[in-house]
Amino acid sequence: MKLTHILPLLTLTTAVYAAPQSFDFKDPKGVNNAVFKLDAPLESINGSANGISGSVSFDAENPSATTGKITVTTASLTVPNPMMNGHLHSDKWLDATKFPEITFEVKSLANVKTEGNATTADVTGTFTLHGVAKEITAPIKLTYLKDKLGDRVPNMKGDLLVIRANFKINREDFDINKGQYEDKVSPTIDLSLAIAGAAVTK
Amino acid sequence: MKRLLQLLAVLILLAAGMTWLATGANRGWTKTSVAVKTLDEVTGIEGITYKKQFLPGVDFLGAALGGAALLAGASFLFRKPKANNQPTNNQ
Repeated sequence: MKLTHILPLLTLTTAVYAAPQSFDFKDPKGVNNAVFKLDAPLESINGSANGISGSVSFDAENPSATTGKITVTTASLTVPNPMMNGHLHSDKWLDATKFPEITFEVKSLANVKTEGNATTADVTGTFTLHGVAKEITAPIKLTYLKDKLGDRVPNMKGDLLVIRANFKINREDFDINKGQYEDKVSPTIDLSLAIAGAAVTK
Repeated sequence: MKRLLQLLAVLILLAAGMTWLATGANRGWTKTSVAVKTLDEVTGIEGITYKKQFLPGVDFLGAALGGAALLAGASFLFRKPKANNQPTNNQ
């Protein structure tokens, strides 16, 4: 067999068996964040969390096989009002001491569409908040940035994976003051996630 | 004493109102930090950090109003000193 015949075969084999990469979402730049918003009578309660970690297994050739788990430290949730911040972390609301983590574990991706380096899909997974696990489905956008890690973190080589997701949850589904304070704090919470993970190549 | 308490009440109201106006007349709750957004050019993610900054809100105004009302109310506990110009009959 000639070399000209072997090369395309080798390329095809590599593409088919390209191993998924593991992206680490512990961000050295501290940019990763989750934003939350709740309606309230005087003004909406806006806050964010930056204690994000976790890993996602992503294969650019087969994005529908994406798996992984993202964790947000409950204590990292911050609102600009100090009294509200105290209430938020207290046992009356999120109970950050008893439930130190909020997690989302990917189960499956549906309606996967890839265009260029961007993939959109509906992700289904287990969202755990306040000790209650519930299956949710949310639209997600994955942007694969090949060889871009060096642009972000000098002296490192690798790829980046940016995940963006916007979805709503109901605090009452997670036993957070069920049926209480609805006139003061809306039961619906808008969540917005924008995170980047890195896969270092050796 | 009565005048002093009333003057103090007015001063508290004025100082609180001017502070509230000077810091942007925030019609929400008082904040002790404000969100600062920074764009990560590689990923396009807007990072959020918090900068310590006192931003008085309507609760600050309410507390000032309450304090001023308390002082003004307390001032009525003090009687106005009587003018001491009546002739004495002990001579």
